Amino acid sequence: MTNSIDEIADADYIFVTGSNTTEAHPIISLRIRWALKKGAKLVVADPRRIELAEMADYYLPIKPGSNIPLFNAMMHTILNEELWNKEFVESRTENFDELKAAVVNFSPEAVEKYTGVPADTIKEVARAYAKAKNATILYTMGITQHSNGVDNVLSIANLAMLCGQIGKPSSGVNPLRGQNNVQGACDMGSLPNVYSGYQPVADAAVNEKFSKAWGCELSLKPGLTVGEMMDAAHHGDLKGLFILGENPVLSDPDINHVKHSLKNLEFLVVQDIFLTETAELADVVLPGASFAEKDGTFANSERRVQRVRKAIEPVGNARPDWQIIAEIGTLMGYPMNYSCPEEIFAEISALTPSYGGISYARLEQGGIQWPCPNPDHAGTKYLHAGQFTRGLGKFHAVDFTGPAELPDEEYPLVLNTGRRLQHYHTGTMTRRTKGLDALLPEDYLEVNPVDACKLGVEDGQQVKVTSRRGEIVIKVKVTERVQPGNVFTSFHFAETAVNYLTNTARDPVCKIPELKVCAVRVERVS
Amino acid sequence: MSDNLVTLTIDSQQVTVPAGTTVLEAAASIGIDIPTFCHDPELTKPGACRICVVEIEGVRNLPASCVTAVAEGMVVHTEAPTVVETRKTIIDLLLANHPEDCLTCQKSGDCKLSEYAYRYGVRKPSFEGERHDFPIDDSSPVILRDNNKCILCGKCVRVCEEIQGRSILDFAYRGFNTKVTPALDTDFAQSACVSCGSCVAVCPVGALVEKNMVGVVRPWEVKKVKTTCPYCGCGCNFDLNVKDGKVVGVTSNPASEVNGRHLCVKGRFGYDFIHSPKRLTNPLIRKNGELVEATWDEALGYVARKFSEIKENHGSDALASLSSARCTNEENYLMSKLTRAAFGTNNIDHCARL
Ligand code: SF4
Ligand code: SF4
Ligand code: SF4
Repeated sequence: MTNSIDEIADADYIFVTGSNTTEAHPIISLRIRWALKKGAKLVVADPRRIELAEMADYYLPIKPGSNIPLFNAMMHTILNEELWNKEFVESRTENFDELKAAVVNFSPEAVEKYTGVPADTIKEVARAYAKAKNATILYTMGITQHSNGVDNVLSIANLAMLCGQIGKPSSGVNPLRGQNNVQGACDMGSLPNVYSGYQPVADAAVNEKFSKAWGCELSLKPGLTVGEMMDAAHHGDLKGLFILGENPVLSDPDINHVKHSLKNLEFLVVQDIFLTETAELADVVLPGASFAEKDGTFANSERRVQRVRKAIEPVGNARPDWQIIAEIGTLMGYPMNYSCPEEIFAEISALTPSYGGISYARLEQGGIQWPCPNPDHAGTKYLHAGQFTRGLGKFHAVDFTGPAELPDEEYPLVLNTGRRLQHYHTGTMTRRTKGLDALLPEDYLEVNPVDACKLGVEDGQQVKVTSRRGEIVIKVKVTERVQPGNVFTSFHFAETAVNYLTNTARDPVCKIPELKVCAVRVERVS
Repeated sequence: MSDNLVTLTIDSQQVTVPAGTTVLEAAASIGIDIPTFCHDPELTKPGACRICVVEIEGVRNLPASCVTAVAEGMVVHTEAPTVVETRKTIIDLLLANHPEDCLTCQKSGDCKLSEYAYRYGVRKPSFEGERHDFPIDDSSPVILRDNNKCILCGKCVRVCEEIQGRSILDFAYRGFNTKVTPALDTDFAQSACVSCGSCVAVCPVGALVEKNMVGVVRPWEVKKVKTTCPYCGCGCNFDLNVKDGKVVGVTSNPASEVNGRHLCVKGRFGYDFIHSPKRLTNPLIRKNGELVEATWDEALGYVARKFSEIKENHGSDALASLSSARCTNEENYLMSKLTRAAFGTNNIDHCARL
């Protein structure tokens, strides 16, 4: 997030797209409620009539995958009506002409047929965004999990820069992170192209710095992304894989492909707290510790680094994950000797400029938001004040390419996937928690009444859902939350593992699979 | 002196506070604890329970300190005899219609009613009134509601409306029959309650409690450890409640920067996976197609040997790792180091993309 969570409560205008905030980020959604109480305007653009839509001043029931035409049309209006922030564009950005040329064909009238949103509504929403004193855009996987996910994000950034709605309190571009420490995993360099603090592996100076610090030669060649790893395993080029605390068999698209790839490995090690669907395929399973059994830090969506504190000993013979990882390195002939997580953190601060001023001692007083370059720095509430990281903010021309897979005669419905309030990710933890499993013991497929009628199915009936990749059987819930032609379910339940159906088509730049949109057929099970 | 500051005297101590501060807040700022039931710093102030009354020289009646603003030169007595008498009467009236259940009550030891009864020495109600006999609502898998213990302070009603925006709980009926309940006097299960537990966090008595903790742990047995939620990216903080080396509950920690006392159902009630019997407690190695238990030495030796072998025979890029968006920063950093330095490849990723 470029802003802090508490700044949302002071925004005058909130645009939420692709985020079912009340279920996926409940505490952030409270800030939206508080802002509304103070008179903020709320716009929700989502294919599903989610709970936030009920509170919105404008609800735009966009067609799945139509974010880019929507944003481009908003910019078209803002340019046409001379509502853009000239001073900001002049002093803080570059490439403005390219943007103008890119959106010229996207009049709100022209995109109506892609977005499903009336042109006048797009214009009103665009005007209000441009004129708002503070405006914040919140989004999650609904934006990034498309085969054109990077373009989606770029077009949000274009809009914010065009109106100068970034780099000030309560105004910015705010991706909400789905998992507790996605932010931290990225910050720490659990990515194929960067070390901690986003220092590129291909940069010679960075390579030298880490080679020296780690006492060994390091590769300059960026590595494989998770999807590419699966493909490489499938082809036999990848032989050994170490998976820590992830369950790709349920969380990744096209389960059959993932399973086949993992089985094709020569050696698979899974470290987790439960025997997950992925661990069942492993050659060695190592029992790690839960968050209650170890010390450490997480970084949340607003870049706030906070302490995780050990409350109990690891259960049974389980061990804290950091110990296990270090031990493997040491046994491989690369000594990794640490007596405690605090020592590891000190090494992180020394090598990671944005974490440079953070220490366990300081975290005792409370969380700190990076960038925090030195021990006297208070941390950073919002990014891009006065200047962007790269200097001038660059506009990127973004053209519209629809989803990779569209409905057709054989697979006439669009399947959309997401989260539910009571569960988390692949359910590894929440499904093993009594109260939560009692609150929502099984999942369901949301089907619009119009489609239910056509299919001849009623509430509670079982249906078979088939895509080009697989099939599942699941109960139906007839609801107007989904539009006709769309169906929805979550990916929390192994019994109804929706990723048997989803598409591995990936964004060409950031390699996020298109989990949000795939074509399916729904049939009654007699 | 600045226009915005006001100096007054509370229990013979001088205190200077910003104008607009309440007497209750001014007293708290110098460590004087005035009892409250219905007051909560985050919520609107009904000034209804009157347990916080004080004596202010020159003012007739006893004003409720939670809604009375300080004034220059004010002289306040927080434990004047008339004040104490009023408080005793209020407690007495509450106890007259309250189950005598402190022995087994989950809230015992952390209950404002029993704390104040103790503080003012109100032992038994001086009159026997009619008592409620409300059914206990145990329809929620996570919250237990006992209206018989409710003192009608209304904090749960306000937190649900003002903070959570849900308005599930409200006052119903009148007079003696007044109760706090979901619309149409149904139970939690039939309401649209999202089980966030904020109402439990603010309830001053044993009317709303965490179901999981009932019969398991008492407030004074608990060791509290502040930590960060393992679920979504909001990064809420809370206290893990530990007894005998086990996590037995989660309670709010008001000093949490992101969330204050508020959590969602996952953070507040999503902890018993920690002691699930299905937890992995020993390393497993696949032998003859089956995963069988092994010692750490055996498992780690095997892992290191196999990874080294693959590196030797097929090169570093035949190895890869998937790190975890659920593990700590320190562990992610070590995974990066292991992969890049020991494996010798940049083949590392995690599921941020998912
Ligand atoms: S709510 Fe308080 S006073 Fe009432 S039984 Fe429980 S501990 Fe005793
Ligand atoms: S648990 Fe949350 S939603 Fe339910 S009644 Fe309490 S405050 Fe309201
Ligand atoms: S308590 Fe709920 S909202 Fe807060 S971090 Fe945990 S899962 Fe997210």
